[in-house]
Amino acid sequence: MRNHFIKTLSELIRENRDIYLITGDLGFSVFENLMESYPHQFINVGVAEQNMIGVASGLAKEGKIPFVYSIANFPIMRCLEQIRNDICYHHLNVKIVSVGAGYSYGSLGYTHHGVEDIAIMRAMPGMKVIAPGDPVETRLATKSIAEDGGPCYLRLGKSGEPPVHEVDPVFSIGKAIILRNGADITLISTGSILDEVVKASRLLEKDGVSVNVASMHTLKPIDYTFIQTAVDSKLIVTVEEHSSIGGLGSAVSEILAATGVFSTPIIMLNAGSTITKQIGGQNWFRKRIGLDAESIYRTVRERLSGIR
Amino acid sequence: MKYRYNGTTEDLAKGIRIRSLKMVCKSKSSHIGSCLSIADILAVLYGQELAFNPEKPDWIERDRFILSKGHAASILYAVLAEVGFLTTEDLSTYCEDGSLLAGHVNHYVNGIEFSTGSLGHGLSVGCGVALAAKRDKKSFRTYVLLGDGEMDEGSNWEAILFAPQHKLDNLIAIVDYNKLQGLGVISEVINLEPLIDKWQSCGWSAREVNGHDHGELIDTFSSIPFENNKPCVIIAHTKKGKGVSFMEDKLEWHYKSPDSDQLKIALNELNNSG
Repeated sequence: MRNHFIKTLSELIRENRDIYLITGDLGFSVFENLMESYPHQFINVGVAEQNMIGVASGLAKEGKIPFVYSIANFPIMRCLEQIRNDICYHHLNVKIVSVGAGYSYGSLGYTHHGVEDIAIMRAMPGMKVIAPGDPVETRLATKSIAEDGGPCYLRLGKSGEPPVHEVDPVFSIGKAIILRNGADITLISTGSILDEVVKASRLLEKDGVSVNVASMHTLKPIDYTFIQTAVDSKLIVTVEEHSSIGGLGSAVSEILAATGVFSTPIIMLNAGSTITKQIGGQNWFRKRIGLDAESIYRTVRERLSGIR
Repeated sequence: MKYRYNGTTEDLAKGIRIRSLKMVCKSKSSHIGSCLSIADILAVLYGQELAFNPEKPDWIERDRFILSKGHAASILYAVLAEVGFLTTEDLSTYCEDGSLLAGHVNHYVNGIEFSTGSLGHGLSVGCGVALAAKRDKKSFRTYVLLGDGEMDEGSNWEAILFAPQHKLDNLIAIVDYNKLQGLGVISEVINLEPLIDKWQSCGWSAREVNGHDHGELIDTFSSIPFENNKPCVIIAHTKKGKGVSFMEDKLEWHYKSPDSDQLKIALNELNNSG
């Protein structure tokens, strides 16, 4: 995902001299070409996230389109007040890009686990929150947010995520991408867990379960219409590599509650909300918290057996 | 083009002190000491140093002024009224229900460049604005007025390291060094000394001035940039509450609001001053 983002952003930077890439001293081995080719549009602010957001705000105030880049929690937590007061209060056209969502950097320890970011960024007024499902969506999302005037948080995995889409889907901010149509259950995924969700849906289909699968790449503004149609399913399942608080499950539940739909059961699969003392790779974490394809499949089957 | 106030900068300073005192008294709000501390700096900046046009607040070549110590809002609104961005009627809504004139500067108010209120934000934003001007080869300058208390904020030091790296000689930081912060005397809370040495060692071209001496302020501003390729900092030695003797150098006037009798005494003193 990271490489697709950088490749797409490099093309955008070449086409538009007002697009800037600002990094907090991260991007070794991936930004070198950009640094050399477009030195006036590349700024390394050093290890200084508060200043990074402040500088980006100042640039955006003068008409630039800064993409701020860092990893995991770094571009949003230390500098959250700058995001709220400088970017959001002034509704500035700053794109905050974080590489390493969820447990992408699982083995680096709790400091590097990006599992509360959606909740935090959803709460920021005017902030769009986008978590593409695969490298294809990453490319399309990067282009879309560059054209969209306003604050945006782009949540990316790291690298090596498999492409889920074989052909480019229609990508529109705020509009879920439907990967499979089915009548029984609806699986809603956000971020790079999409691959596991699609695999789980294949296992379910082998059992004769008809599955609706959506990549909810935009968490804010969320696709209200899609969620309203999902209530016709026997079961809604949200899957996210994120805390149980404030992410996709919360967003979907808020809509169901607001529209008075309490009859459709919902399973919210997520990372819970506890400190993880142990470390491990992303796949290890996914299995541990029940977010790998097999676990998703089993959880859904168990629940369905109760419904039928 | 630089704006020229129709009167002396001393008159302007007196006028905005009076307006600010009335606003703070009426709304029973805080920070009058912080406002009076920067009255002379604002009067010189808005009276003759800054380029702006109240008829065209978004004029692209205007100088950008960011008040990082956003709690000194009333006196900035006051100076904006004196130069034509706001009306006296606008000022009368300061801190009232439904008003845009918040107790910390709000960019929804005509003439306010950037909203602040939480300390330690203005200089980073100023760096971004100045960098954009450099990239676009624009000649306007960016001025950021900081409080001395907010020099404790780590974010300011991130920006202090950043500006010289990018040779932002179109960026001017002014520190309102009145030696008092929220809960005490600067030297006893977090000592900033040697303050000028700190800025200089980070790569800034620095001057110290008496922040209430208009001649000195004018001379200093007229020699910007002090050195090519270096950002400028002006350490302005000031007095909290300056101009109202019973408020001068008194920490309590960071928070207290004058009652009507105190306002009368204060206005009397100002009206009878040179």
